[in-house]
Amino acid sequence: MNKEALKNLLYRMADDSLIIAHRNSEWTGLGPILEEDIAFSSIAQDKLGHALALYSLLHELGEADPDIIAFTRNEKQFFCAQLVEYPIGEYDFSLVRHFLFDTAEKIRYELLQQSSYEPLAKLAKKVSSEIKYHTFHAETWIKQLGSNGNEESKARIQSALNDVYPIAFSLFEKTSFEDAIVADGIFVGEETLQLRWVERVTSIVTASGLTLPSADYSVHYGGRNHYHTEYLQPLLDEMTVVFQIDPSAEW
Amino acid sequence: MVTNQTTYTVDDIRQMLYQVFDPEIPTISVVDLGVITNISVDDMGAVSVEMTPTFVGCPAIDVMKNGVIEVLQKNGIEHPKVTVSFDTPWDSNRVTEQGKKILKDFGLAPPPKYDLVFELDILHKVSCPFCDSENTVLQTPFGPTLCRSIHYCHNCSQAFEQFKPL
Repeated sequence: MNKEALKNLLYRMADDSLIIAHRNSEWTGLGPILEEDIAFSSIAQDKLGHALALYSLLHELGEADPDIIAFTRNEKQFFCAQLVEYPIGEYDFSLVRHFLFDTAEKIRYELLQQSSYEPLAKLAKKVSSEIKYHTFHAETWIKQLGSNGNEESKARIQSALNDVYPIAFSLFEKTSFEDAIVADGIFVGEETLQLRWVERVTSIVTASGLTLPSADYSVHYGGRNHYHTEYLQPLLDEMTVVFQIDPSAEW
Repeated sequence: MVTNQTTYTVDDIRQMLYQVFDPEIPTISVVDLGVITNISVDDMGAVSVEMTPTFVGCPAIDVMKNGVIEVLQKNGIEHPKVTVSFDTPWDSNRVTEQGKKILKDFGLAPPPKYDLVFELDILHKVSCPFCDSENTVLQTPFGPTLCRSIHYCHNCSQAFEQFKPL
């Protein structure tokens, strides 16, 4: 198995989880209603757990300790998609991002249960059982605020969809390892994932009385190859501020 | 090579682990919670315990792991091998019958037995742990810990939590 290709995939997934976890956690204490405050916080904690599990797989493959990987890299060393970097914005933006991101995660982990790398296949099975709660949450609210909502809620979700949908394609940006990843059976590939994602997202959006905008797939590419938005480094500065005070501290 | 003065059986070890509790629900043991996935004792008497977390991000697993090591050492097993992995993933069917009773006594609706295919019905049809009524409603699938959802009972007018089916 191509070890570098495997590590590249793991880094992309782990960094997505870590950064979206941080963004979701920014709703703690600020959610529009208490239940949403708790939901975004809980999902953040799940994502952080997934990131740790993936960084642990990388550690077993010879990479640094999970805390070192998470807290000592700068933006040029991150593999996350630009979608997860954007600030939380208004609740509609965060909800639509959560819906588009977790729909992709759900399909990715379902497909990864067939991975030729057994530790990843096992983790994927476990993570899949948790993500169903995330997509259940997202879909419920898209429907509630879409076809079951009022003019204002529907207009806001539609407007957020128009903004976020094109950015979401950043999740499926390939790297130079793509062919090796597919050839070795590590993952079936970003193209298959994107096709299934578009299908699933389209069906939920349509059922919610909303429409998808047209999207130029590649406009928001870059993250997988270390070209990030202006928002990532400030996020990392904030996320690591305590760790940086004393990197050798025992937690 | 380390050998123990007393050679314990797998059953002996399991009995010891009944004394290790979930820090978030301190009345249920790690055995009844279903997070112990394997116990083995080899010819030399060396003890290995395998564990798995309820949720991947569960912060309680380290506390439980240390609890397992501590209780084994207290019983004279100096170097127990305790590992955490996803080799046997946790699902809510792993909670024992006794565990379900303990959860209910704690005020948590136990997870229903299910075939691991997620259907919304299992989130909605939950018996109230206080009055056993089924006239309840799901308020949010996310609760105060990763493994709990929040419900409301129309019969006894009380909010309650469920240990989520997973």
